[in-house]
Amino acid sequence: MMSAIFANLPALQVILPLLFAPICFLLRKRGAAWLLAFCVSLCTFAVSIALFMQVSAAGPLSYAMGGWDPPWGIEYRVDSFNAPFLVLLSLMFCVTLAFSYKSVEKEIVQPRHALFYSAFMLCVAGLLGIVITGDAFNVFVFLEISSLSSYILISFGKDRRALTAAFQYLIMGTIGATFLLIGIGFIYMMTGTLNMADLAVRLPSVMDTHTVRAAFAFIIVGMSIKVALFPLHVWLPNAYGYAPSAASVFLAATSTKVSLYVLIRFTFTVFGAGFAFGAMPLQPILLVLAVTAVFVGSLSAIFQTNIKHVLAYSSVAQIGYMVIGFALASHAGLSAGILHMFNHAVMKGCLFLVAGCVFYRFRSARIEDFRGLGKTMPWTMGAFVVGGLGLIGMPLTAGFVSKWYLIMAALDHGFVGFLIIAAVLAGSLLAVAYVWRIVEVAYFQAPDEVHENGKEAPFILLVPAWFMALLTLYIGIDPSLVVGAAESAALSLLGSTP
Amino acid sequence: MLVATALSCIFVRDLFAVIMVFGLYSLLSAGFFLSLKAPDVALTEASIGAGIAPILMLGTLALTRKRSEPQPRAKKSLRSALLPLVVVSLTGVALIYATLDMPYFADPAAPIHNHVVPRYIEQSGQETGIPNIVTSILASYRGYDTLGEAFVIFAAGLGVLALLGFLSDGSGREYWQFEDTANLRHHAVLHVISKILIPLILLYALYVQFHGEYSPGGGFQAGVIFAVAFILYALVYGLEAAYKIMSPVVLRYMMVIGVLIYGGTGVLCLILGGHYLEYGVLSDYPKHGQHIGIILVELGVGVTVASVMMTLFFTFSGRAKRSVLKKQGVET
Amino acid sequence: MTLVFGLFNYWVAMVLMMIGFYILIASGNLIKKIIGLNIFQTSVFILYISMGKIKGGAVPILTEGTEIYTNPLPHVLILTAIVVGVATTALALALVVRIKEAYGSIEEDDIHEKDGSL
Repeated sequence: MMSAIFANLPALQVILPLLFAPICFLLRKRGAAWLLAFCVSLCTFAVSIALFMQVSAAGPLSYAMGGWDPPWGIEYRVDSFNAPFLVLLSLMFCVTLAFSYKSVEKEIVQPRHALFYSAFMLCVAGLLGIVITGDAFNVFVFLEISSLSSYILISFGKDRRALTAAFQYLIMGTIGATFLLIGIGFIYMMTGTLNMADLAVRLPSVMDTHTVRAAFAFIIVGMSIKVALFPLHVWLPNAYGYAPSAASVFLAATSTKVSLYVLIRFTFTVFGAGFAFGAMPLQPILLVLAVTAVFVGSLSAIFQTNIKHVLAYSSVAQIGYMVIGFALASHAGLSAGILHMFNHAVMKGCLFLVAGCVFYRFRSARIEDFRGLGKTMPWTMGAFVVGGLGLIGMPLTAGFVSKWYLIMAALDHGFVGFLIIAAVLAGSLLAVAYVWRIVEVAYFQAPDEVHENGKEAPFILLVPAWFMALLTLYIGIDPSLVVGAAESAALSLLGSTP
Repeated sequence: MLVATALSCIFVRDLFAVIMVFGLYSLLSAGFFLSLKAPDVALTEASIGAGIAPILMLGTLALTRKRSEPQPRAKKSLRSALLPLVVVSLTGVALIYATLDMPYFADPAAPIHNHVVPRYIEQSGQETGIPNIVTSILASYRGYDTLGEAFVIFAAGLGVLALLGFLSDGSGREYWQFEDTANLRHHAVLHVISKILIPLILLYALYVQFHGEYSPGGGFQAGVIFAVAFILYALVYGLEAAYKIMSPVVLRYMMVIGVLIYGGTGVLCLILGGHYLEYGVLSDYPKHGQHIGIILVELGVGVTVASVMMTLFFTFSGRAKRSVLKKQGVET
Repeated sequence: MTLVFGLFNYWVAMVLMMIGFYILIASGNLIKKIIGLNIFQTSVFILYISMGKIKGGAVPILTEGTEIYTNPLPHVLILTAIVVGVATTALALALVVRIKEAYGSIEEDDIHEKDGSL
């Protein structure tokens, strides 16, 4: 029995949340849907840890869905690049659920809880499916599962702008997915296969054709929409800003990273770095856009009045850092980019959890609502300060580690490298500005009447927030585990290029 | 023809007409698919593009309004008018650029005809025992994609229920008890015709469902056809009569049961010692097992699709009625 | 000349895609946007199905004595994509209904004036 479970771990990773989602949909009793979802999330997490251990010990593993060998059937492939992502996703799944019990109760009327949790599980399953699969078309299918369910999650928001945000995201997301579909169609046309590993073998012979170049462009542009890379980020601030708190925590921490994962996967594993950065002008384009993203995102964050919007624009900027790392395409750059994907997920998760706590108390999360919170909600604000320091990149936090590696990677690139370092430093200064604005309001302004008798957020909301805050600190102090994972991920990507 | 209908969608202002033209467009593309020897796809496109999608769009239109407002030209700056054109032209250039090195249309030497696919064509008969190659790939070789597809449909049903199934005032009351106002139900001719037609459509749906291994069709198409028969019934006899036969609560269970039949088949394979969705283990003879598995998952898809489509229709039309009643000041 | 004949089918699909894409991003009415999205997607389907065609190929259902079949794999992919498309459409339409209820309009400009979203 045990060996049967171990042999089928890759399948279980995705079908656990996938199959329990519809069951969850039927549970009408208060709390039942949450309980089921939480149990599933724990199992999913356990599976992802087991997979991670298996891969670290024994190298990449391949699982043939339906018992049909690739390329005829669909292959699940776990290697040292995606195994850490599975862990990250499942971890965020658990943390968000721990948080959502109280938060969802406050923000969503009871009969719709089951729908919310069901959509949430579908979203997780979709993202896990994207990450784990080794089949190009399967990426598209699971991308749509996760996208549709994230539109649903966002539209659960109370503000009417949640609806328009979801609609805008739906339109842009579908354009992105359709571009991906066009791109996959083109490479299928040239090679006759959909399996990523098989594509990597067969593409080089047709590499020098217009069709493959266009396919690459379509995949990159399509996924850049989902990554929210500047200037295709317009959907993100409202989508994260008006979604229910629990949904914004999860989406902010994971969904753009998964899209970036797809981008990296296609670039390195399918097309190969030599093509992407040699034949195609990917590097300069990405670098310019990413640096612009850092500035535009950070500057916009400074002028927002709603904390969720501040955090969302800051995500646009932070995505810029990740893309810089990816665009450097060296081993050091790639590891820095991947490292920042993890660290940012942890920090942004922490900050959105804090925003959720404040929202829980005051039913809004404008900056005015933070007045005097340093006194009335010291624990909440403590977590905020830790996360904020992380965003800035202070030493002893996770943010410092990834920025340090990024700068180190940029040093190898001469003059361009110096420009990048300048951009990273300037971006950090801007981050100081937007984080300080909130900290100042919280610690140095007296609360008004409404906020005077604000209480600390419930314990059960603080636990996940502090868990993420401590994780931020832990990674800052002892980064060896995450850095090791990121480095071996980068190695497996660069090593697998033909 | 296709280009003409698509173009007319740009210029026609009346939304009702646009939707009709769109339906026509879908029907034409279905015809095109048929001429390209893709009957399965044609059947689906015809029932979806020319059937379900326009019905839903019309439902939305009834809930919103009829004309697409003439856009205030003066307000539109040059930039906002040019930007779409530039983006579209760029995309277009990229698309045409891509075609330059493509294998020619219908060229037998094209890579897609010579890699991966030959095995499906040569072996699927022995490996799954099913003549319709599309069905074998859909339900077995790439069955996992189809599982995903069933879940996408499920997600759509869930989303529409979440958005429209509950009153927006947050009271959370559900929606299916109110007066029946259908005005088609007094047409004797319609009654007679539909009495004959609906059983025929249902029969056809069952045929498509269970004959999908031999001829074009399968769970998905059958589900849609089944739902269309039901929608016809609801249109003629009124929503209330339709609720009596198939209440939204039952449909909700059916949605879940449908996807679970599919997913459960996969789990059963796991328990019997195979990989996920490896139907071969369902029986002592792999070929026989494949057959059982394919029938089961097609059934799952059919149930899911039919119930989600009906749910969509009920939810949209239920919403329409409620908003009418609200206007009249009737408390439901 | 062979170039034109060989690629004509694809070009038609490309033109259709561009028309759909244009409707999608240029029109201010939300329902029209959704129709544009559908045309865009349907044209991608046409592209896929066109590539599956093979000279003299029969319908991909095994029968005695037939040697050449149309490529069935694009058909399978497009079946999936059609379903995904209709699911997206249904969800988008439901959102439009709710937007209309919340804003009283389904025109992009009106909604933008009301609270700056979209």
